[in-house]
Amino acid sequence: MLETAITLQNVDKFYSDFHVLKDVNLTVRNGEKLVVCGPSGSGKSTMIRCVNHLESHQAGSIHVLGVELNDDVRNIAQIRKSVGMVFQQFNLFPHLTVLENCTLAQTLVSRRSQDEAESVAMELLTRVRIADQARKYPGQLSGGQQQRVAIARSLSMRPKIMLFDEPTSALDPEMVKEVLDVMGELASDGITMVCVTHEMAFARSVADRVIFMDHGRIVEENTPAEFFDNPAEPRLRDFLAQVLH
Amino acid sequence: MRSKTKVSAGNRLITVLVFGVVALALYPLFRWAVIDAVWGNLGPEACKETFGACWPVISEKGSLIIFGRYPAAELWRPALASALLLGTAIVTAMPRFWNKALLLAWIAAPLLFLTLMGGGILGLSSVPSSQWGGLPITIMLSVFGIGCAFPLGILLACGRLSSKPVIRWVATSYIEAVRGVPLITVLFMATFILPLLLPSGWNISAMVRAQVAIILFTAAYLAEVVRAGMQTVPKGQFEACEALGISRFETYVKVVLPQALSMVIAPTINTFVTVLKDTSLVAIVSISELLMTARQALADPVWRTHFIEVYVFIAVIYFVFCFAMGKWSKSLERAYIFSKGRE
Repeated sequence: MLETAITLQNVDKFYSDFHVLKDVNLTVRNGEKLVVCGPSGSGKSTMIRCVNHLESHQAGSIHVLGVELNDDVRNIAQIRKSVGMVFQQFNLFPHLTVLENCTLAQTLVSRRSQDEAESVAMELLTRVRIADQARKYPGQLSGGQQQRVAIARSLSMRPKIMLFDEPTSALDPEMVKEVLDVMGELASDGITMVCVTHEMAFARSVADRVIFMDHGRIVEENTPAEFFDNPAEPRLRDFLAQVLH
Repeated sequence: MRSKTKVSAGNRLITVLVFGVVALALYPLFRWAVIDAVWGNLGPEACKETFGACWPVISEKGSLIIFGRYPAAELWRPALASALLLGTAIVTAMPRFWNKALLLAWIAAPLLFLTLMGGGILGLSSVPSSQWGGLPITIMLSVFGIGCAFPLGILLACGRLSSKPVIRWVATSYIEAVRGVPLITVLFMATFILPLLLPSGWNISAMVRAQVAIILFTAAYLAEVVRAGMQTVPKGQFEACEALGISRFETYVKVVLPQALSMVIAPTINTFVTVLKDTSLVAIVSISELLMTARQALADPVWRTHFIEVYVFIAVIYFVFCFAMGKWSKSLERAYIFSKGRE
């Protein structure tokens, strides 16, 4: 088993002239829970979207589970099989039931039989406590329920790494907890997690390490205790003052 | 939903007025078509004394209008052929029958239709397509037209949104070129110019040329409708598929198109209705569809004065089909949009 799950070395990314990621270096160990925070526009979402190649990088190298991410579609396909992603806007398939949302990729990508896919899906839906809604459509569920379905859908591919891109930012406040609880349980199962979030209490209790990004650079990285109690970087102190009120 | 509230006197007055005006306007028509009309299987002299409709013209000419100059002894063949094609179309309209067997039906139904109509095998006497006519032709042009143009339109829409410039350019030019000319022009070109371009010895019947023209024309319109639907599918749907490792092709088939098509049910079926009505234009290249056979029926000097009844008769036939498609559109919308909590 490899020690490192994700390695970014000197990664640069541009949106035409705009330099989004500037010489980013990051290593995520296997089983590590990493929380990424920073002001909006700091490049944190872009960085994790580079990890499963939803965005491409222009310089530097990215390795995921020992495979280099380049323009080789086979490498991209291989990496996407072992990396799950949860989006801010859930991105569930509105024309499919909750259960079908969780079986589609299993039957198409992993070539599992319909029965097997359904039993995997039901097991995961039970785990995120939404099995009773399996026959409903996403449009009939609350935001928190939809996000839990999205987590189950990602897990159905049995990923080794889970990426969360601001999973609670689009939720009403009373629904944030149910999603964070599910993520917390997932973290204790030993999966590698990279989570972009502003939920500082979650970061403190679940993360092994927290990094702070600003203007496309990682400006501070530390254990949660040090990160929150002894922030070295003035920009981080300002940021924490903002989000912790 | 509006709750039952007390209806104001003003509203009541408007309701009464509207009903009154509509009734007044429709009464003369009702009087002509029903009260003063002559019914039954009578000769033309029965209608001399009345100002109402003369329906005996339909019992006399109905078979010519509906089946054209198809041999009278063999009329069961176009009737059965049309029923088969229409039946397949109706079954296809119902989502619960969408399975692999339906694909087979779509291969079998056209073959059976052409066998029954054309004959020449299985002991059926041969009937050349120049003798086919009336409603079976209208149904054939519409069902084949819609059935072939729809998948072609989807391909063109995907082509127009493709990331590969060559494919995008070909699809876009095709759509723009076809939309830039009227259907009549396309029909004339298919009838008179295409034979000049084909190598000598190639002889494609007028019917096939008209059918192909309708398919190619309709596909361009449907492509734009489908493209509009595809553009309503959020980028996040593509990203979710990418993140799950679903291939580009399957993303379109399983995720994008089902959502895109459910967004454009109304304009898609609107185009289908247009196809049905536009089949009447092939009369201009001498194909005996329903409008053409109606005119042939009126060539008889004895009944010529009763052209209104004949046109009303075929108008009712067109209306029944178009109205049914409108109802179908509503039921699909209910099944695919409202029942899934998307409004």
